[in-house]
Amino acid sequence: MPASSKTRHLSLRQQDTRMAWLLLAPSLIIILGITLQPILTTLYLSFFQAPLGINLTKTFVGFGNYWEMLTDPIFWATIGRTFYFMVVSVGLELILGLAIAQLINSHPPGWQFLRLSLIIPWAVPTIVNGSMWRWIYNADFGALNGLLMQLGIINHYVPWLIDPARAMNLVIVADFWHVVPFVALILQAALATLPVELEEAAMMDGANAWKRFLYVRLPLLRPAILVALIVRTVDAFRVFDIVYIITGGGPANGTLTISYLTYLETFSYGKLGGGAALSFLISIFTIATAFLYIRILYRSPEESR
Amino acid sequence: MRTINKIALLAIALVLVVGAVGCGPKKTLVRAITMDQAAMTVDEMNSIAAEFMAANPDIQVKITYVPYESVRDKFVTSMAAAKPAYDVIMVDVIWYDEFVKAGYLADITDKITPEMRQGIFPAGFNVVTRNGKVYGMPWLLDTKYLFYNQDVLQQAGFSEPPKTWEEMVTQSKAIKEQGMMEYPLVWSWQQNESAICDFTALLFGNGGKFLDDNGKPAFNDEKGVAVLTWMKQTLDDGVTNPASVTGKEADVQDNFSQGKSAFMLNWLSAFDVTNYDTTVSSVTGKVGMTTLPVFASMAGTLKSASVDGSTGFSVTATSPNIDAAYKWLEYLTSEPVQVKYSAHMLPVWQTAFQGENLTKLVAATKGGAITAPMFAEQFPYANLRPLVPYYAEASVALQVALQDVLTGNKTPQEALDAAAAKWLELAGQ
Repeated sequence: MPASSKTRHLSLRQQDTRMAWLLLAPSLIIILGITLQPILTTLYLSFFQAPLGINLTKTFVGFGNYWEMLTDPIFWATIGRTFYFMVVSVGLELILGLAIAQLINSHPPGWQFLRLSLIIPWAVPTIVNGSMWRWIYNADFGALNGLLMQLGIINHYVPWLIDPARAMNLVIVADFWHVVPFVALILQAALATLPVELEEAAMMDGANAWKRFLYVRLPLLRPAILVALIVRTVDAFRVFDIVYIITGGGPANGTLTISYLTYLETFSYGKLGGGAALSFLISIFTIATAFLYIRILYRSPEESR
Repeated sequence: MRTINKIALLAIALVLVVGAVGCGPKKTLVRAITMDQAAMTVDEMNSIAAEFMAANPDIQVKITYVPYESVRDKFVTSMAAAKPAYDVIMVDVIWYDEFVKAGYLADITDKITPEMRQGIFPAGFNVVTRNGKVYGMPWLLDTKYLFYNQDVLQQAGFSEPPKTWEEMVTQSKAIKEQGMMEYPLVWSWQQNESAICDFTALLFGNGGKFLDDNGKPAFNDEKGVAVLTWMKQTLDDGVTNPASVTGKEADVQDNFSQGKSAFMLNWLSAFDVTNYDTTVSSVTGKVGMTTLPVFASMAGTLKSASVDGSTGFSVTATSPNIDAAYKWLEYLTSEPVQVKYSAHMLPVWQTAFQGENLTKLVAATKGGAITAPMFAEQFPYANLRPLVPYYAEASVALQVALQDVLTGNKTPQEALDAAAAKWLELAGQ
């Protein structure tokens, strides 16, 4: 069939783009339809004081909810804590994920089994993961205490979760164990597609393994790292279920993250307006972070060639 | 396929589907939500439901069991939808004010019969009545008791359980020094309602209270501060298990039933489990039960002070099946059912404790001879937490204050003052 007069004037690139939009259109329409209304309703609610209840009424407060949040010391402490969780979590995941990916990529004996066994922590549902780690950390009957005791590292059981800072770090470990396979597998898939010729050329120029890694591999891995970084940062910032299961926000609010605070505000205290405002503050942050990452790390395909 | 075959197939499929869906009498579905711990066990509740359904074939009861901490949040969330997800809910005494204000509960004042009025403890109706209207059926009248390991106490040289908190610490220190156990005391001081329950018993045991006569916070006065200081001191002295800071009543029960502690505060249900259930407890036959002590300064005037942990069962106001839901409620809280299933919670019917009925009640369960008189002795000293609609948020503020002190972040006065300030703010809204 002859091309229509319209498409003859579009470059191949433009035709590709138009096709992409056409293919995406059905899913986009469905997603927007399902998510747009709740998003707009939440934004609308955030300008009201809206207590949960059948016969309780809304009162318009403008930016009152936002102001209340932004002037609450608990809010800022919670943001700080959430940032800590995010930075430590994502940092560890990236470093270890990269290390594991490199290991698998070097194809040691049994590497297929290694890659397969990585799926197991990822496949465990978050709630199950949380319950499991809560029992591991249990002061009286936990496996961690048992192990360390038998190894002679401690001489009596330690109540791991009663110190706020330590509890936060232990929750990070529990989440990390669950999530690092995701990062490792993304990076390993990217590593597997790297062209060998570039590294061989670098080797012939006399670059050692570390220099090769830093100047050849890492730049080529940028897109994959960007994906892993964005997904994990947003997820880590919004962490909720593992905190709910292991520590319930305690001790002394030591593991209270921003999502947990939103949950408390909305469902425990019944303040829909405040909870809506918090949700929007979280969204603003995550969008800003994604933008930042893209600015710093993204190179369009033409640039990286 | 030929067209006629297709039509025939479609017709058969339609008939089957309609038949399967439309056949049989339509059952009214009553969906309930309750806690899976303390009071009745899941098995007991399911048995009651089975008996009810056998007697009422046109009603189906479907019960959701969740941990106590989740009941309120799950219910409140579900009520945000136009059609409620539950018809019947277990309501803790501290939630009634909030739920009544929010309009969640059906007013069942008309359904209360004179027999119920006279047969049920007045304290039971206090749980479910607000502004003169009855919003649920009393189901559980519970309070915390002091459980102790009789063997350990005797070995340490004590013939009687303590009558004051100070005495309990002395006994614990002796037990610890004799090398019998590392931490004789274990509490439920986790950052949730369980910490407030313990704090309530201790606060009133020192002559303190939550609110003064003007409704302003009074728990940060010298009595409240003394209580919190005492709690932290037992941790520092090494007699309270540090894990108490992250434990709730279930953990306390686990710890005590493995013989790792000499004393525990817990609800009535703990007695049957720790003293008779050999599958989970290694201290069966050694458990003693007594009233909670008070502080030495109150010893002359007050015999005991405990916390009221009562609950009722209510019907949701927007339930499509209020009558069927109420029938289930009535059965669940009826005297014969409560007497039969009294191993972990005693009836709310005072008639069950009178004359011949008392003999029957005692005989109904293994621990009846001990728990029934114990309830009669302790319950009059059960103290309520403040019945205010903002209790959920107020409680969290106080929980965080207790935790701040127990983890060494703040002094008792600082922490309690901060919580009191929050309570004032909430009361003003």
